[in-house]
Amino acid sequence: MGNGNTEQRRRERLDRGIKVRSDGLYALMSWRELAYLIVPRLVLIVGLLVLPLVMPGAYWQRVITIVCIYALLALSFDFLAHYLGLVCLGGAFFVGVGGYIAAMFNSSLSLPPLLTVPVATILGAVICTLLLLPCLPLRGVYFAIVTLMYPLVLARIIEALDIFGGTDGIMGVDSFANQWLEQYAVISLVLLFLFGTRRLVNVDLGLVFRAVKDNDQAVRASGMNISFYKAIAVFVASAMGCLGGACLVHIYMWAGISLFALDFSILPIAATVIGGAGTLVGPVLGCIILVPISELLREFGTLRIVFYSLILVGFVVFRSEGLMVYGERKYHQFQRWVKV
Amino acid sequence: MDILIYGTINSIALALMALGFALVYGISRVPNFAHGAIYVLSGFITWTLLNSFGVPYALSILITMVLIGILGAVLYQFVLIRVRGMAISEIIASYAIGLAILEGLRWGGFKGMSYTLPVFIEGSVIVVGIPVDYQRMVVVGLGILIVVVLWAFTHFTRIGLALRGMAQDERAALMLGIDSDIMALVSMAIGAMLAGLAGAVLLPLGNIVVESGYNVLILAIAVCIVGGLGSWVGAVLAAFLIGFAQILTVVYLGSHYQMVVALLAIILTLILRPSGLFGMQKELEERV
Repeated sequence: MGNGNTEQRRRERLDRGIKVRSDGLYALMSWRELAYLIVPRLVLIVGLLVLPLVMPGAYWQRVITIVCIYALLALSFDFLAHYLGLVCLGGAFFVGVGGYIAAMFNSSLSLPPLLTVPVATILGAVICTLLLLPCLPLRGVYFAIVTLMYPLVLARIIEALDIFGGTDGIMGVDSFANQWLEQYAVISLVLLFLFGTRRLVNVDLGLVFRAVKDNDQAVRASGMNISFYKAIAVFVASAMGCLGGACLVHIYMWAGISLFALDFSILPIAATVIGGAGTLVGPVLGCIILVPISELLREFGTLRIVFYSLILVGFVVFRSEGLMVYGERKYHQFQRWVKV
Repeated sequence: MDILIYGTINSIALALMALGFALVYGISRVPNFAHGAIYVLSGFITWTLLNSFGVPYALSILITMVLIGILGAVLYQFVLIRVRGMAISEIIASYAIGLAILEGLRWGGFKGMSYTLPVFIEGSVIVVGIPVDYQRMVVVGLGILIVVVLWAFTHFTRIGLALRGMAQDERAALMLGIDSDIMALVSMAIGAMLAGLAGAVLLPLGNIVVESGYNVLILAIAVCIVGGLGSWVGAVLAAFLIGFAQILTVVYLGSHYQMVVALLAIILTLILRPSGLFGMQKELEERV
């Protein structure tokens, strides 16, 4: 680049005209602009809803369900990490708490799954928030370290005290009424939470969240209690995680210490990084890509953890923007070379 | 007396595990979450050299140290250097590398009870009425030796002084002509070698298992947080604090609670005194 006699060029990116026109209320005036806004969203919604119908066989339909559960976890990670600045390395903690609560309500009080899942979601989120409350003033590395510890230690406590079924876990949890109910329940939940969190981060509350991420001292100086807002966000995120855990328990009909396993912490993070951090759609997309690959690699055992750890490193280090950010840029902008 | 002796040994073992982590974080501000993986990896490399290639024990430990040091440098030069300064990416990248190493070892068949390293010297010695085997004495001796050597290294050698300068103020060090990237590289290599050394001394005390990688990482982090991240004196003191607390819980509650002690130590420290016993950062800026 340094030699002077060749002309230097740089890439210039410009918003497409249609993007600019459909930014405002005028988008309502024309079908073209409306379609520009709606089609990507429709592709995702319709795609997810059709997915179970086109899957060959029950095995791959089950994979779709697992994809959705991981998508919930990834959403929760993305929301906390990129809108609150709290990097939670212990997604398994939420899964475990939600899962165990659902399993206990189901096996000891014999409540039906349609009741235990909401109960586990709310109760689990309350418990997770209360347990994480002392750590909320922390940030960055410190929060990450503490959340990494939680699932490990909770699993050890269950092992040591031999409570909640100890190492055997809780067997004989009811499954959902039928497979279609199960699939469409988790798919619609993912869509609900996806568009819900997208909305949430753009309303007033979400603005405060993002302000906490960018400069928490400024938020504090404005007379707002940071820990209170962080607690709300952790509640929302852990509700998503607990929901995923509760559904998982009813799908596998079993709750055990493996709910605290590393899979539930690392795969959502990998999916978020690959899909595009901070976009909320990206993590879902990342799960749709990663989970089936991970299923295909199941016969290699722990090699799949190696595999997606390496993908993760590659993306974090070399392509940190992720697929969704790249896709959005291509959709909204065009680029050309201009002379400097 | 039991408690005193075994508490001391346990504390020094903890200090050995934690020193590498503390050193890397103190100098280059990179939280090396692959620390535990490096610890276990060094054990397996030594085992492979010893059993598959028939290299003498002392030599294979030496080769392992060199290899592990190179690995640390390579990790820094090709991966971590690109994400330096971005806390989230540093954690995710180094943690993922550690995970890849550990799970790769597990996949490669390094699991089960058959992987043990021989102790350096057989037999045991009676210390004030309690039998202590020589390996544990080696741990104590080496722990003290490493602390002394590190102290001398950072106070009297050129590189050591440069490292300390960087730990204190990176920009000022840069102005004085210290290349921060090379120094971080050196710190990463030394940190990895310390982890490897800790592995070489501590692993003969039991089986080499992949899971201990996670435990070592947790313990190292616990020690560093209680002592204050970036402070070596704090790390050593905290190792004694946690070491004795662990032995006391094992004696009075049961061995299941050993890890719970570490987590409680972290949580309590972070709540009560976020900068740790000897933390060098300002509390408001860095943590809370």
